[in-house]
Amino acid sequence: MNAPGSTKATPLHGIASDAIDASCRMPLFVLFGVAALWLAASSVFGLIASIKFHSPTFLSEAGWLTYGRVYPAAKSMFLYGFALPAALGTTLWIFARIGKVGAAQPFFIAAGGALWNLGVLAGVIGIFAGHSTGFENMEMPRYAAVLLFFGFLLIGIWTLVTLHERRDRRLGVTQWFLLAALFWFPWIYSTAQLLLVVWPARGTAQAVIHWWFSANFTVLWCGLAGLGVVFYFIEHVAGRPLHNSPLAVFALWTSLLFVSWTGIPAGAPVPAWIPTLSTIAGVVSVVPLIALAMVLVPTLRATDVPPSAGGEITSHRSAWCRLTSTVPGRLVASGLVAFLVAWVVQLICAIPSVNGFVQFTWFTYALSQLNLYAFLALTLFGAIYLIAPRVAGMDWPWPKVVRLHFWLAVIGIALIVLPLAAGGLLQASKFASKASHPELSFVTVANGTLHFLRISSIGEVLLLLGHVLLAGNLLTLMARCARARLAAAYESAVAEVRTAEVKP
Amino acid sequence: MNYGALVFLGAFVAVSLSWFGMVLSPQVQLGRQTQGTNSVNTAELYPVQRPGLAREGLEVYRANGCVYCHSQQVRQSGTAVNVILTDAGTNAAAAADALMKSRAGVTDANAVGLSAGLPKAILTDVDVDRARAAVEALTSAGAKAEIEIVPVGTDIAWNWGIRRSVAHDYLYDSPVLLGSLRVGPDLANVGARLPDANWHYRHLYAPRSVVEGSAMPAYPYLFERRPIQGQPSPDAIESKDGFEIVPTSEARALVAYLLSLRADVPLFESPVSVEPPPQETADTNSAAGTNVVSPQASASAQ
Repeated sequence: MNAPGSTKATPLHGIASDAIDASCRMPLFVLFGVAALWLAASSVFGLIASIKFHSPTFLSEAGWLTYGRVYPAAKSMFLYGFALPAALGTTLWIFARIGKVGAAQPFFIAAGGALWNLGVLAGVIGIFAGHSTGFENMEMPRYAAVLLFFGFLLIGIWTLVTLHERRDRRLGVTQWFLLAALFWFPWIYSTAQLLLVVWPARGTAQAVIHWWFSANFTVLWCGLAGLGVVFYFIEHVAGRPLHNSPLAVFALWTSLLFVSWTGIPAGAPVPAWIPTLSTIAGVVSVVPLIALAMVLVPTLRATDVPPSAGGEITSHRSAWCRLTSTVPGRLVASGLVAFLVAWVVQLICAIPSVNGFVQFTWFTYALSQLNLYAFLALTLFGAIYLIAPRVAGMDWPWPKVVRLHFWLAVIGIALIVLPLAAGGLLQASKFASKASHPELSFVTVANGTLHFLRISSIGEVLLLLGHVLLAGNLLTLMARCARARLAAAYESAVAEVRTAEVKP
Repeated sequence: MNYGALVFLGAFVAVSLSWFGMVLSPQVQLGRQTQGTNSVNTAELYPVQRPGLAREGLEVYRANGCVYCHSQQVRQSGTAVNVILTDAGTNAAAAADALMKSRAGVTDANAVGLSAGLPKAILTDVDVDRARAAVEALTSAGAKAEIEIVPVGTDIAWNWGIRRSVAHDYLYDSPVLLGSLRVGPDLANVGARLPDANWHYRHLYAPRSVVEGSAMPAYPYLFERRPIQGQPSPDAIESKDGFEIVPTSEARALVAYLLSLRADVPLFESPVSVEPPPQETADTNSAAGTNVVSPQASASAQ
């Protein structure tokens, strides 16, 4: 018995997109909704951490609010609370949409999302309580990691099944990137968790494994997931075929082969062959970068093909214009620009002398923010703004707020990345000048970065505002959708009773 | 191209390769490291396990996220080799002559210049072969000379250590917290640089009271305020109105850990010419062992 207006599934030709969207509703509401809350919480704590630089006594009475706990908690909320679930939800929806099939077992995926978020909650409380593992980007303690593992397993397995059951058997570049990201994360996270926390390796082997994990997570996984979304937007939202798909697949393989060996700093206190290999891998990563540029630039510059059926030419817009004509597309396009800049800078930083110069300064922090926020987060915002209204079956409650969030996010992250990169370079040059200026004190160098940190705090405020807008918009959308569905269910139930009353 | 299994296999091969290269191989090599007597000129065992309290301190260091602002790793850009003449011998002219004739590349040595103001560096920042040739020539002429090895680099100019950090320095630490950002100074040798426990207590309680303009947050929660009962505690950092501020067991452990941070033993993989002052070594060892240095003792040490 189908309600009037709903589209009936036709097995031969795949099912209609609104039925696919409906099948993803429950898992995506759990994944996106909670992710938006974690994101807002993350920027609240990120702002607290940022203020501590200007006023060291701010909130210093309680142990759980010390900088060394607030900062990793904020970063974990961002990475594990927001970025991973948002990327997983996006992957599920894209697999379902391209494969023209409904999500397999939405209930189990939603349950996996709940388990995952329980893990994030346990992990964040653990960090505040001082149970952090101490390793950056994977601070959440062992008990939280167990919950994360089972949560990921539930989401991942049913996402794979969704892909496996696809009715459109073609597998495009978008799916390749997202699938590689889906496999990559559990492999690197479980390796790092087992060898750093459960059976800790000896001495600096720990540091090597940690650097390996960090590069594989914040550069490679982030690149795979973000680029998957970018390709989806180009191919399926802007509706432009990729200029050279085999080259994109080549870029995928070479980045998996090369970028996965990077991350060990040139001057690391480990046998010299390890940073040397890592440096070589970092420099050779120019190959996937060039390949990606050779795919993306011609694709985005190409103008619309005139209709072949002799119809009038409606527009000559390039794919780039088409992509940036909507706010979600503009978010993704900004993310793509940030990605290309970040990879070029990473490449330059692979050179040992440059690496040694900027190591331990705010420059490296700015670079990681460029990758994690300006690229990955903006891309995921674009995905959420595209997907959520489709899944809910209604428009955003405040469509203009979406545009406002775009500007807050872009200006906010620019106010963080640019000043900190400049401040970091200044800091690096002052560090390096100690031999010629023996009177230079550390406090002078550290306080020289304060102006830049102040500007970045303003950026943090803008990001926080944007996150509140996103969370408010998304949660209201979900609430309205739920209310509309409840009302519809009530109506149909009442209607049945009425018909039953009328019949005799 | 249309098989998901292909993506799985390809990604699996890639992750396995990187795993063998960057996880397994380092672990095979570094995991075999043991305590040894590879320190230069001494038969000292290195590294040694940190004292129990210092190991607890590492947990406090980890829990409070000190690693987000402090690195523990000294980098080195090169090594300067100097030749130090300690004794010109009975015939300084012969020594100068031998030095001129050697492969050391010296062109203007003379007896008067050579024997004045000893010990002194007669060759600075030369390569090892020239330094060896000079020492051999001087020794054969009856003088006494030594090769001095001085690591150079920005971190060493900042006085954060006398040589670069090597894998051996971290053998007994878990977690190994090398850090990625220097909001605060490097701590790889903080125990050698700042051996006074009371300084660290005051610094942790109110950083700006000892380092003007410091951006370090205060850690009042690592201290407790309690009424003075009878004699004031010897390690109270502040006492007034019948109350005193004393470090908690966490603060004691943390400071014991900080004082145990010193990697200045010359190793074959990171040679350096040192003669550690015996006074300071004794002071730091006692500080790490018993964790409390009375103000009098630390004052006399300085």
